[in-house]
Amino acid sequence: MTEEIIHDSKAYLDMDLLRFTTAGSVDDGKSTLIGRLLFDSKSIFADQLEAIEEASTRKGKGYVDLSLLTDGLRAEREQGITIDVAYRYFATPKRKFIVADTPGHIQYTRNMVTGASTANLTIILIDARHGVIEQTMRHSFIASLLQIKHIVVCVNKMDLVDYSEEVYEKIKADYEAFSAKLDVPDIQFIPISALNGDNVVDKSENMPWYQGGTLMYNLENVHIASDLNFVDARFPVQYVIRPQNDEYHDYRGYAGKVEGGTFRPGDEVVALPSGFTSKIKSIDTIDGPLDEAFPPMSVTVTLEDNIDISRGDMLVKTLNQPTVSQDIELMICWLNDKKLIPNGKYVIKHTTKEARCIVKEVRYKVDINTLHKIEDEKSIGLNDIGRILIRTTSPLYYDSYKKNRTTGSVIIIDEFTNETLAAGMII
Amino acid sequence: MAYNLSHLKQLEAEAIHIMREVAAQFERPALLFSGGKDSICLVRLAQKAFFPAKIPFPLVHVDTGHNFVETIAFRDKLAAQVGANLIVRNVQDSINRGTAQDEKGPNPSRNGLQTITLLETIEEFKFDACFGGARRDEEKARAKERFFSHRDEFGQWDPKNQRPELWNLYNGKKQVGEHFRVFPISNWTEMDVWQYLDAEKLEIPSIYYTHQREVVFRDNNWLAKSDFITLMGDEKYETRTVRFRTVGDMTCTGAVESNADTIERVIQEVASARNTERGTRADDKRTEAAMEDRKKQGYF
Repeated sequence: MTEEIIHDSKAYLDMDLLRFTTAGSVDDGKSTLIGRLLFDSKSIFADQLEAIEEASTRKGKGYVDLSLLTDGLRAEREQGITIDVAYRYFATPKRKFIVADTPGHIQYTRNMVTGASTANLTIILIDARHGVIEQTMRHSFIASLLQIKHIVVCVNKMDLVDYSEEVYEKIKADYEAFSAKLDVPDIQFIPISALNGDNVVDKSENMPWYQGGTLMYNLENVHIASDLNFVDARFPVQYVIRPQNDEYHDYRGYAGKVEGGTFRPGDEVVALPSGFTSKIKSIDTIDGPLDEAFPPMSVTVTLEDNIDISRGDMLVKTLNQPTVSQDIELMICWLNDKKLIPNGKYVIKHTTKEARCIVKEVRYKVDINTLHKIEDEKSIGLNDIGRILIRTTSPLYYDSYKKNRTTGSVIIIDEFTNETLAAGMII
Repeated sequence: MAYNLSHLKQLEAEAIHIMREVAAQFERPALLFSGGKDSICLVRLAQKAFFPAKIPFPLVHVDTGHNFVETIAFRDKLAAQVGANLIVRNVQDSINRGTAQDEKGPNPSRNGLQTITLLETIEEFKFDACFGGARRDEEKARAKERFFSHRDEFGQWDPKNQRPELWNLYNGKKQVGEHFRVFPISNWTEMDVWQYLDAEKLEIPSIYYTHQREVVFRDNNWLAKSDFITLMGDEKYETRTVRFRTVGDMTCTGAVESNADTIERVIQEVASARNTERGTRADDKRTEAAMEDRKKQGYF
């Protein structure tokens, strides 16, 4: 018995992590799908089930409404709307999953961008009866814009189209025709019925013509290890550690998260913005020094030389440096009711650095349904996506968002209300 | 590719990153420490985040006076072990001052009163960021909580007015008098916490393990015998072999019957559990939105 448990714990410690987001319009069965994944992976507890059974009965529903599981706050239930992203968790022996559940209609772009910003994968739901619609394209475009490398297109409600292969193939062809324009390297298609569980966790007996894996098989096996950037070494300094006690009298450690590439003791590094070079003396953790640090580890680095480095600086390799500039082109998604002010001044946060910026120009707005540029439309408001040029008060050291999702992303903050107004991806 | 971090290591790296962000962005952070397993994880993560320096903020405990003696002893021992500054404030003092008043009834809970004392403590020390061990898997109101949760000058949470949180960029900007609650282990599940305690070989209060205790069955829960509970009707205490899944007030924390005497056995139990750990918390059952309402008032 004990041996078996220890074995289990070991397996648990080897588990991998996949973060995904789900996208679909209101009646595509998204809540049912998430409910199904939670239920079939035994992640719903008896008291949660009892609570939604009770609520379903009280609301006069003749079935257990799994969507109530993802329906959080009273403020939302009262208004019948969803305020924003909710996070769900489930695990199989292979992986732990974090689901950013982003329902809602009006606020959709804002919510999906938020959920997608940390996701490895997006599930796009299509109602088999309706096929590819405007929203399908919008969701796919946002996933592509946020550089999500894996999309799983679930053609749902196959039970309502007699599990027809032709219907599925038609939708797949339609999606492929439009997705050629997207920048997503891995797109998979699965015909499912979330309600009946076809191809969600168990292989469907109703669709023998489908040879691929189930959704759960895809989620468990999609290869994400190489999605992070292990080439361009980037270490934004978060915090300087100076114990100032007898044991560590002159200790000066630079704490941060490795955001790209790898670092080893002995590596020559440059500190930005000063340009001073030094060598890595040690990479420290409480569990002992490391031979190598890589994303997304949080470590503390010490250097051979005593050079002046503080929060907001970045350690990189001499032969592979990021762009350093004050004039930056961004694709932005606006997240606030207050519109973007042309020539407005804002606070900008980029890695561990903070600066101020001025919006020099709105280049264009994007029609998120057709992906067309609208050159003569310069007004950017809530849920809009557009391209802008900013100038910052001090230089940022950055990569394109395509190259590195951390060193290529910023948030824009209102100087007066302190609210987060926009998400920006550096071009 | 050999560059692979296990999910628990990724969650640890995320939590350490958040703790360092707080230490860098705020002037007077504090770690709200209950003696429970989640806050024990937080203390360990804080040690890791600032090693080889000591934890650069105090541990703060709001003591309802209804705590298990084992928890209080454990709290003092841990604070001494890690060399942290421990600040304790008592709900009883708020009652004596007249800013709080005990509930009436057979098991009056001081759970709600904690919020009053907590906000008074935040004001007293001018804390601008308080770490909490809340997790999003615990309760539906928490599923939408941010890592950096903004509170107004009354300490209130406005679910409709939370800042969007993207990538790992955390906006801790605030007006004078406002503060933040920060939840570094938001993305952890109960199982992750237990596995982490096991992997890190961390000590936890003895009430998490099986023991004999006098308990009374009330509202589907076994409540521990204490001075704060009045027996009703034909209720009577009986001795059972139990353990606790969470550490809260004696008046509202239910025990489960269990023989689990090691972390491995507790993990086994968690893995086959049919109820969430908050299912043993009477304070969450008062109304369907009990947690949401308390959070709005400034609860943990």
